[in-house]
Amino acid sequence: MSALTPASFRAGFRRLVSAFALPLALTAFAAPAGATTIERVVSPGGVVAWLVHEPAVPMIAVDIAFSGGAAQDPAGKSGTATFVASMLDEGAGDLDSKAFSDHLERKAIEMSFSAERDSIRGSLRTLTENRDEAFDLLRLALTAPRFDASDVEINRAQLLSILRRQTTSPGNIASQRWWQTAFEGHPYGRPVNGTQESLATITVDDLKTYAHKVLARQNLKIAVVGDIDAETLKPILDRVFGALPEKPDLMPIESATPHGLGRRIDINLDVPQTVVDFGGPGIARKDPDFMAAYIINHILGGGSSDSRLYQEVREKRGLVYSISDSLIWLDHSSVLIGGTATRADRTNETIDLVQKEIRRFAESGPTEAELTEAKNYLNSSFALNLDTSSKIAALLVQLQLDGLDTDYFTKRPEMIGAVTLADAKRVAKRLLDNGLLVTVVGKTQAVASSAPTAK
Amino acid sequence: MLVAMFAALAGMASSAAARAATGPEVTDFTLSNGLEVVVVQDHRAPVVTHMIWYKVGSADETPGKSGLAHFLEHLMFKGTEKHPGAAFSQDVAAIGGQENAFTTADYTSFFQRVPREHLKEMMALEADRITNLVLTDAVVKPELNVVLEEQNMRVANNPNARLSEQVDAALYLNHPYGRPVIGWRHEIEKLTREDALAFYKRFYTPNNAVVVIAGDVTPDEVKADAEDTYAKVPVRTVIAPRQRPTEPVQEAPRTVTLADPRVEQPSVSREYLTPSETTAKPGESEALDVLAHVLGSGANSRLYRTLVVDKGTALAAGAFYSGTALDYGKFGVYAAPRPGVTLQEAEQGIDAVLNDVIAHGVTEDELDRAKNRLIADAVYAQDNQATLARWYGAALATGQTVDQVRTWPDRIRAVTAEGVQQAARTWLDRRHSVTGYLVKSLQPEESHS
Repeated sequence: MSALTPASFRAGFRRLVSAFALPLALTAFAAPAGATTIERVVSPGGVVAWLVHEPAVPMIAVDIAFSGGAAQDPAGKSGTATFVASMLDEGAGDLDSKAFSDHLERKAIEMSFSAERDSIRGSLRTLTENRDEAFDLLRLALTAPRFDASDVEINRAQLLSILRRQTTSPGNIASQRWWQTAFEGHPYGRPVNGTQESLATITVDDLKTYAHKVLARQNLKIAVVGDIDAETLKPILDRVFGALPEKPDLMPIESATPHGLGRRIDINLDVPQTVVDFGGPGIARKDPDFMAAYIINHILGGGSSDSRLYQEVREKRGLVYSISDSLIWLDHSSVLIGGTATRADRTNETIDLVQKEIRRFAESGPTEAELTEAKNYLNSSFALNLDTSSKIAALLVQLQLDGLDTDYFTKRPEMIGAVTLADAKRVAKRLLDNGLLVTVVGKTQAVASSAPTAK
Repeated sequence: MLVAMFAALAGMASSAAARAATGPEVTDFTLSNGLEVVVVQDHRAPVVTHMIWYKVGSADETPGKSGLAHFLEHLMFKGTEKHPGAAFSQDVAAIGGQENAFTTADYTSFFQRVPREHLKEMMALEADRITNLVLTDAVVKPELNVVLEEQNMRVANNPNARLSEQVDAALYLNHPYGRPVIGWRHEIEKLTREDALAFYKRFYTPNNAVVVIAGDVTPDEVKADAEDTYAKVPVRTVIAPRQRPTEPVQEAPRTVTLADPRVEQPSVSREYLTPSETTAKPGESEALDVLAHVLGSGANSRLYRTLVVDKGTALAAGAFYSGTALDYGKFGVYAAPRPGVTLQEAEQGIDAVLNDVIAHGVTEDELDRAKNRLIADAVYAQDNQATLARWYGAALATGQTVDQVRTWPDRIRAVTAEGVQQAARTWLDRRHSVTGYLVKSLQPEESHS
């Protein structure tokens, strides 16, 4: 609900903040780590957590991730992971949802869960003085969620309301159609929040089964940041996570690459501003070209006002307010996806310009100066991702999901530095010369749906 | 709890707690040219957040020129004689920094987040553009189109935002808070380079600004750097006291209905005119903070419990108090009915909860819970230097002092159940309110869906 969005009160960021910034993008910023030291803590029971001990503020931030996510939704029941995540803080053990939220509020403990394509994420924030109660409530949420029928129905109705609203939101339609087309027949093509039809079929047993299969120790990553040291943390890890089943029961997911490249899909919706999503294949996190691809993404439209797309489409021509793209790496695929929005009569011009800039970049790659600037940026900006406990916790979970080590911070500058101009040019072509799948939502212009676009 | 569903509203609700920090060391001083500087120390990471806040916003615009404060914010990135074009932004990018800016009714703020060793460079660049902006039509005209696309994205494409604009316009009978910060589209379209420069010369001067620096710095080094940079900017103009038209006695409850075929979830919201933190009597805005929390913050609040959980008539319900403003604050309540429940029924549900708190007040238990939670927010805020910088900046740009921000938790502690009930009685008065209905169609049968 945003009946009261602060748009009229707090308008006007000069640039849209993080239009496409997914948590995944975090590891992209990497360089010398400053004072942040990561400890790998192993509990007596064998539970592993990455810890940054920082006692300056009397609070603790915990982030966790279970591999699995919406990709593990049963066939015909998309939205199950999202539904489960929404229920984990709705009562557990002897505490029904009212008692559970009452305990959280009395101690000012913040707990939340969410589902992504590949994982269920959890987040806990507590003042140091309420540490034990906070960890106990986390243990209950993970190991004894209740899924009481009345609360399940409340959350189902809320999820359905969100889905109904998304049916007329140009941004949601453009994004959903993009994923649905690019990953037709693959779990990544299904909407993470499900559909009105699928949500109606999800039962309490489905939720319990999903939780039982996915919430396990072997596929769990834990990050702890703040006012707690390793010795204090160790027994807590066993207490909180020790009761989870050892192994998850996950369906195998096939690898996939995006389909529909070269297609443009127009969806008619009567809105003043047309929303455009565009994208193609990315480069996998474990690919030797990954770092070069990350640099290429940064130069093309990675969020800086210096980027090529921002300069050409916004600054020089005033066509749009926001334009950016992101490299997204998933467990079984990777994509480069971007988005922008403009008025109906400039839509074709904007799309043509984006295509032209991407083609030009694929053909000639970055200049030496652009490469140097991008490398400097990616190195120097890293510290900005380490200035709050919450940001550090999110980053530490992502590094673990990516299979990296605790010395990654010190290695990262070398990896960035090792990318040569020849690498960058080769990878620009590899990344950007595949054609784009474009989804367009707005007042339809003269281009027919699915018409091939010039590559 | 579905975080996504309530994210936007939760943001507003927690802004009720938006100030307060007992922990960090805060120092402030004023330069000879009148520019105030606040330093918030956070030594955990080698980075710094540098913000300049101009005490000018959309409520200071000349009638007929709505959107000008925000348009000028965009144009401030177009360069000076010394740092032409995008040189400033390029410098920020070259050192791995982040930058942005934002505008509200009362202030316009620009910031960079950079590695600490680059702070002085940022101060020099920011000092330069206080008075040396260069604007040509070649850069102004495309930027006007950018702003129009921003208006499309934030407002025109979004029925909720359009309703919110209409509600605000109805809430203020006389005060310029009734104008959208981004401006009315037909007036934005006519803004010119000359308008922007005139506004710039009238309001952008060191004696009308506050600089807030949060991060891995000491007051001494900031002071020395500020003397070398900001202190060298001469006073350009004398700033008159910010006296806007005030509200007459409001006598009639207003209702506003926005219909759009794209509305798939109807909702009802109401805003009450209240004092701001700056204009409230002692203890009054703090009581409103507590009242908003008890009524409508989170799954444990009265509105959520009653409407969503117990009666099951709504899918979302809550309340907020927006108090950080120079002249007026507002208190808001909202609900989104379940399918099959009318907006009128949802509104009656809200009113029953409000009438109960007016008649019987809040319990000691509710009071304690709310106070603990609000005070804890001040501790959580210490985890984020950018949050701290925003709290201090917004408070100082709306007429509060560093000390008022610092002592906010103490004032929350002092709130009594009687004070909360008194605030509810005084300020939850329908005559000072606007109720907004978001519907799919003005046909009555469909507005019930």
